[in-house]
Amino acid sequence: MSWLDVLSAVLLISGGIFFLTGTVGMLRFSSCYSRLHALTKADNAGLGLIALGLMVQAESLWVALKILLVWALALLAATVSAHLIARFSLRVDRGTQRAPP
Amino acid sequence: MENIYTGLALFLLLNLLAGLFRVYHGPSAADRMLAALLFGTTTVAVLLLLAQTMQEPALRDVALLFTLLAAVIAIAFTRLPRRSVGRSER
Repeated sequence: MSWLDVLSAVLLISGGIFFLTGTVGMLRFSSCYSRLHALTKADNAGLGLIALGLMVQAESLWVALKILLVWALALLAATVSAHLIARFSLRVDRGTQRAPP
Repeated sequence: MENIYTGLALFLLLNLLAGLFRVYHGPSAADRMLAALLFGTTTVAVLLLLAQTMQEPALRDVALLFTLLAAVIAIAFTRLPRRSVGRSER
């Protein structure tokens, strides 16, 4: 194993740990908003680490750029959907005021 | 290296399986939608891993498409009429 392989393996495995954290948070947290908080941040960090670990191993620059593009689009999609779901949940709860800090 | 890719892909699939519990159990419709968010992110990671380990570059394009569809799903969900959401929450 070259040092690139080791770097890639470390990145991939830490990405997997982030994914596990997100799933555990989604299963264990009590309210919808805290679940949303756990899921979106941890999962996208995990996806970023896995993408980085695969980019290290990519055969050409274009492949690496494509993986980077996938991650960037996933970040954009996840932020938009998390915001929309949180607002939807707030509307369903009929809460019109902001939560106290 | 191949073993790490395959093992990680399997581990992520197990994560998805655990996420199904929230779909089944989730008290509100928003919670179920949250699980769909998890599925989107995890499936993209699995597809990227499989593209590398199976030498199948087309799977990267599938992952690209999947991210876009995941956003569309959430937008469609939040624009549902109020009545149908209330029914699914019962």
